[in-house]
Amino acid sequence: MTPPSPSPADPDPAPRASRKAGVWHRLRHHAGVYAVLCRNSLVREMSFKTNFLLWIGVELLWFALQLAFVAVIYQHTESIATWSRWEVVLLVGASQFIQQLFTAVFLTNCVQLSDHVRTGRLDFFLLLPVNPRFLISLRQLDWGAFVNAASALVVMGYAAARLGLRPDALQLAGFGLLCVAGVLIHYALMFMLATVSFWTVQAQGLVWGYYNLFNVARVPDAAFPSGPFKVVFTWVLPMLLVANVPAKLLAEKLSSPWEMLLLLSLAGAVLGISGLVWRLSVRRYTSASS
Amino acid sequence: MTKYLQVFRIGVQNALAYRANFLFRATFGLVPLLATLYLWRAIYASNPERPEVAGYTLSGMIAYYLVMTVVDALTGVTEDDWQIAADIREGRISQFLLKPMDYLTYRLSLFAAGRVVYTAAALLPVGVFMVWQHRHLAPPPDGVALAAFGVSVVLTALLQFLISYTMALLAFWLLEISTFIFILFAFEYIAGGHLFPLDILPPGLLAVLQFTPFPYQLYFPVGIYLGRIQGAALVQGLAIQAAWVALVYGLARGVWVRGIKHYSAAGG
Repeated sequence: MTPPSPSPADPDPAPRASRKAGVWHRLRHHAGVYAVLCRNSLVREMSFKTNFLLWIGVELLWFALQLAFVAVIYQHTESIATWSRWEVVLLVGASQFIQQLFTAVFLTNCVQLSDHVRTGRLDFFLLLPVNPRFLISLRQLDWGAFVNAASALVVMGYAAARLGLRPDALQLAGFGLLCVAGVLIHYALMFMLATVSFWTVQAQGLVWGYYNLFNVARVPDAAFPSGPFKVVFTWVLPMLLVANVPAKLLAEKLSSPWEMLLLLSLAGAVLGISGLVWRLSVRRYTSASS
Repeated sequence: MTKYLQVFRIGVQNALAYRANFLFRATFGLVPLLATLYLWRAIYASNPERPEVAGYTLSGMIAYYLVMTVVDALTGVTEDDWQIAADIREGRISQFLLKPMDYLTYRLSLFAAGRVVYTAAALLPVGVFMVWQHRHLAPPPDGVALAAFGVSVVLTALLQFLISYTMALLAFWLLEISTFIFILFAFEYIAGGHLFPLDILPPGLLAVLQFTPFPYQLYFPVGIYLGRIQGAALVQGLAIQAAWVALVYGLARGVWVRGIKHYSAAGG
């Protein structure tokens, strides 16, 4: 792509313009690569159609199981702290929605990083003319997880109707933005754990360990007394924010708009740190098999 | 017998290589447990006029989850089903058809080795957790309950192993069985008492569950420990648990015989 010719009014626009064009070019290049990766993933999944459908079934079963837990608990209580039954269903739905979006885009790729390091396959990713982190993080797309994310939205819609909620466009947009922030937080944290595989072969245990923490995200934050647990899972591993804040926005339970700002800025911070950790880790890479 | 002791010894060696993984798993596993305990605390705090939920005080409820965690560490199947399926898929079981070694007993020895190492690795994080929460934890009501608990834990481990083993044998017919493993796991998780004590369910539902093996995969020994299952119900329950073990054992043997006929020794 050629940079636009400089206009005579501008004294020296060329470097800026060409840098802008360079960024644009790189973005287009990566978007094109991503489109191919998405298509490949779809083809791969469609060659095992039964398995594809079974996996959707498995995830639906686990989601139903969480909802059953809520139903059982509310047999014995009217509320948990300040949360009513359908508010908790809304929260469990939001947590599932975010988790499934994360699964769709990032999960498989994060889990596979330690394999790439162990087998030395990472060499190839480092050599290709795309950003290696982009390729490693987005190589495979799990299409089935989008179906499950949609089912979570349906449950949320039902819960919202039972609560008599009528979220306006601004609330819905805010919800979308907060969900993206939540997905990025999950991604950044799990990717950091996966980069531990540059130091030890047992990083997969860490990655699956992190997967356990998703269970914390669907518990109402009001259930936790202030203490070390709450501090850690708000500030260090913000599990108590990722699903709670978007759900509270819809249910109009936010104590202050600062909660949203906190979630967004933590997402930025964690992403930044994971970038640093990634660069530090790649420096340690000493190709395994070659 | 001695050859299976050797298998056990090798199994311990192999499992020790994954000790850090086991430690992570046990430690991270405590986080959702802690969240569930906070959830129950909040529920009891929200209903100050009702100190009991289906006969559980808050302390009793916490004790349930603590004992459940220990029983799960002692008896849960972690990697065994995946390994068995891989053995079949990749043709590694061919050697067992030639050697005087029984595959089920071989896997059982490895399972036992894995549990020993896992329990040892989990001892530190779970132990610290238990000491921290010790005021909710009381010993079983009497010696009979303690003895019955011990017997029931062994039967639970056997039942867990045999069900997973039989499930993994599906690999004789299917290339990919991980979805089935996860479906089974989901049922074990909720109907076995992992998520909540089963006797907080409506009585009708609990009665239906009693006809499945799931309560005997976790809930039953925990109920014995807490003294919630006593007397005739205890004796009857142990008999049913033993019957399930025998039944699934027979099933495992039967499926193996049919599977071997179907087996084509891929890659072997």
